[in-house]
Amino acid sequence: MADSDVLRAPHVLEYPYSRSVGPVIGAFLTGLRDGRILGARGDEGAVIVPPTEYDPVSGRDVGDLVEVGPGGVVTTWAWAPTPRADQPLDKPCAWALVLLDGAATAMLHVVDAGSPEAMRSGMRVTPRFRPATERQGHIRDIECFVPERGAS
Amino acid sequence: MSEPVTTVATPIRVEYQYTAGLAQSRFLKGIAEGRFLGQRCPACHKVYVPPRGSCPTDGVATTDEVQLANTGTVTTYCVVNVPFQGQSIEIPYICAQILLDGANLAFMGLIQELPADQVRMGMRVEAVWVDKDQLGLTMASVKYFRPIDEPDAPYESFEEYL
Repeated sequence: MADSDVLRAPHVLEYPYSRSVGPVIGAFLTGLRDGRILGARGDEGAVIVPPTEYDPVSGRDVGDLVEVGPGGVVTTWAWAPTPRADQPLDKPCAWALVLLDGAATAMLHVVDAGSPEAMRSGMRVTPRFRPATERQGHIRDIECFVPERGAS
Repeated sequence: MSEPVTTVATPIRVEYQYTAGLAQSRFLKGIAEGRFLGQRCPACHKVYVPPRGSCPTDGVATTDEVQLANTGTVTTYCVVNVPFQGQSIEIPYICAQILLDGANLAFMGLIQELPADQVRMGMRVEAVWVDKDQLGLTMASVKYFRPIDEPDAPYESFEEYL
C-alpha cells in the first residue's frame, strides 16, 4: 500500500481553563479593565509591576497597590517577524520589557513599532488600551505599547 | 462591570496533524463503505478491529484483512448518568464494549433503542449506520448499536474479552 493511502487529519485539543487570580493579581486586572496599571509596593518601597502577592526578596505580603505609568521605558526587546496565532498583534512587532514610570520591575508586552529599526533599548513607550467596552480584566486589555509621541 | 476581577480565562489549545497509519486507514475506508474491516494475526490468528497493524501478543504485522459481521455481543457496559460539558447525547445512555462476530477485540460503542436499565452483558446487537450518502472516514458513520432479537450470548463465549 502506498504512503498516499494513509489518512491524515487535523486534531485539535482544547482545554477551556479559567484560573482564580487572587486579591493582588485580581486588583491588577481590575485596574486594567479601568484603564489603569497597578503595581504593589514591596518591603523596600519599590513598586513591583505586575504585582506579586509577596515581596520577592523577603517573602512578606506586599503593601498598597499604587498606579504606575502609563508611560515607560523599553529596557530590552526582541523582534517577532512572524507572530504566532493568539499573540497580541497579528503583524510583526517587538516583545519588550517595559519599565513603567514609578515601577521598579519591568513588565512583558508587545510594542507596535512598525519595524525593528524603530526599536531601541531606552525608548519611551505608552500603552494603547482597548476601548473601555471591550476591556474584560485581562492583560490583553492593553492591546500593545506604542512609541511615545514626541519622545526621542 | 464594577465587580472586581476574580478569574481569568486561560484556554490551552494544541493543534495536531493526526496520521492514522496504514491499518487504521484501511479500517476507516471500510467504515466509509459501511463495513467493519479487521486484520488477522498470522501467528495466533486473532482478528483485531480496529486494527493497529500489528499483534500485541506476537509482535508481528497483521497483514490479512478480514471483513467482520455487522452484529456482535455486548461484553460489558457503563450507563452514563452524569452530565458533562460537550455532551451530545441525552442521559442516561449506554456506552458498551462490543465484540463483533468474528473479532477477538471489543471496541466501544453507543447502545440506543433500549432503555438504559435493560442493557445486559451478552446482549446481541447490530450496528446502525448513517444514510449511505452520509458515510465518511469517521466513526460517526456508525450511529449506534441496537439490540437484535437473538438469545443472549453465553458468558463463556466472551469472558476472554472482558
